[in-house]
Amino acid sequence: MAQGTLAHEPQLKIERAGNKVTAVLAGPWTAEHARVVETLAGEIAAQADRHHLIIDLAGVQRLDTLGAWVLDRTRHELGGSGLVSDFVNATPEQGILLNEVAYRGFQELPKPKPSRFVDFLVDVGRTVAEAGNDLVRGVAFLGQLVSAFVRVLLNPRRFRGSAVVNQLEQIAYRGVPIIVLISFLVGAIVAQQGIFQLVKFGATPFVVDLIGILVMRELGVLLTSIMVAGRSGSAFTAEIGSMKMREEIDALRVMGLDPIEVLILPRILALIIGLPLLTFLASIAALLGGGVTAWVYGDISPDVFLTRLKASIALNTFMVGLIKAPFMAMIIGIIATLEGLAVAGSAESLGRHVTSSVVKAIFMVIVLDGVFAMFFAAIRY
Amino acid sequence: MLERHHPAPLENREVIIRVRGIEVGFGEKTILKDLDLDVYRGEILGFVGASGQGKSVLTRAILGLVPKRAGTIEVLGQNLDELSSSERRLMERHWGVLFQQGALFSALTVKQNVQVPMREHLDLSDRLLDELAMLKIEMVGLKPDAADKLPSELSGGMIKRAALARALALDPDIVFLDEPTSGLDPIGAGEFDELIATLQRTLGLTVFMVTHDLDSLYTVCDRIAALGEGKILAEGPIEAMLASDHPWLRSYFHGKRARAALAGGA
Repeated sequence: MAQGTLAHEPQLKIERAGNKVTAVLAGPWTAEHARVVETLAGEIAAQADRHHLIIDLAGVQRLDTLGAWVLDRTRHELGGSGLVSDFVNATPEQGILLNEVAYRGFQELPKPKPSRFVDFLVDVGRTVAEAGNDLVRGVAFLGQLVSAFVRVLLNPRRFRGSAVVNQLEQIAYRGVPIIVLISFLVGAIVAQQGIFQLVKFGATPFVVDLIGILVMRELGVLLTSIMVAGRSGSAFTAEIGSMKMREEIDALRVMGLDPIEVLILPRILALIIGLPLLTFLASIAALLGGGVTAWVYGDISPDVFLTRLKASIALNTFMVGLIKAPFMAMIIGIIATLEGLAVAGSAESLGRHVTSSVVKAIFMVIVLDGVFAMFFAAIRY
Repeated sequence: MLERHHPAPLENREVIIRVRGIEVGFGEKTILKDLDLDVYRGEILGFVGASGQGKSVLTRAILGLVPKRAGTIEVLGQNLDELSSSERRLMERHWGVLFQQGALFSALTVKQNVQVPMREHLDLSDRLLDELAMLKIEMVGLKPDAADKLPSELSGGMIKRAALARALALDPDIVFLDEPTSGLDPIGAGEFDELIATLQRTLGLTVFMVTHDLDSLYTVCDRIAALGEGKILAEGPIEAMLASDHPWLRSYFHGKRARAALAGGA
């Protein structure tokens, strides 16, 4: 088998007699020796200086589609310059193969001429139009979501409580360790930097105000939203996307079930309940991290820390962070589902949509946070 | 009926796959036990069995995708367990596999799919790489414009054909087909059977075909092996299957659908 034939190379001997050139082939004319086969075929073409070429296959041990193709291609190309060529001594199997692969040109399909500049403009235009479409689809989807929610409210038997609880476990409960850990670390780092900078002004105790306000108003909810977008948003897109790929969504529809009610509403409700809970935990963890750093690194005892914290933050500081959380949840949920429903066909498309779900969700979370900052500043809350 | 060259008598034919005493199981469950099977060069072997009996498992065990607990598998005279990794690579050039769902790489076009094994195993010029891929695509009966399509843009029958083109990319000696006609309409299935027979004749293939399609068994298979209870219940040409007394074989080959296929095939 292979080892035996690998030792040999395809061989060619050219013999001339009268107005005939005979190419005597030997050895394996197979794909393993593609380069040699091609070189030798070129050799045949170069040596064929008489009227009649005979290609003698008697010594060929093995011939595969590649060998047959190259030989017939050579014959065909020589035929173009008026030269007659024939195969002789082919075994019946080789004859069938040569017949089957008979050379033919493959016409190149016309390809549009690429122009970098035009491509660039097309890309930009497409991206802008896509962003506009995203917005329209987002708003339309929000409408569908609200109407599904109202339907469920009017007919509470259709509410899927167990699905919501199940999703809550996935989103909130299982997310607790990592979100608490990250918030704790970020709280500690912010406190350390705060102390390091404030000590120059002899204002170390103000680090408590810094931590308290920053964590409550911004950091807690932002960190949580970003983590949830990465953890749960991607999972939604992947779940819904693969269900779409396997026609499971269509299956729901033909059974008279509304995919939004069955799949999407429970997930978004779970997000809306879960994200504020996680935000609360994240804020506490960040305060704890800040407190520990302040104690260890800034010599601010827990007593002092707690007293100053009480003085610096009020209920509204806490509420600002918490009010934002359900909105963040909405936007993460909507983006994740829309991306999931946009998955088409291939596994590659699924991957692309999961990535874009996370990227868009994180971006929108930050934009929304900025909008809220302006809003709260305007109403002086 | 297709006109096909019939292989030489059993005794003087080369055994291309020799399976001896193979045992495969998952956890507590033993699926194949002490199974022997020979596949001869140049034949089309139809492999039948009830669902869940381990037809695919045997195929996957031969291909090395499922570990076996005991037994030996020889392909082209070489024991697969004794091959070094480079010999194993060489061996893999000698077989092509058509998976049930096609298993085309979804990110690549049909042409690129066919070129994957060629790029991996052969040293080809760009021109030859293109021409050969197009040749294989035409050989399996696809139109040239299918070459630049992605698998998600193809119909079920086209996916099977494209996957067959990829399985044939390296001119293998053996082709494993896992339910090649499942999911095709009867006309498409008939054409696919005919295609397999034609390619088998042109390229001198040995075909190992797992199938449920009685029409395929009647029209293209030289020999049939039936799997049940973890071993081969019976093997031989269709006449031997029809004559068998085993209850499962009787109901398989003498059921309503089988009679219809017999009437149509004969």
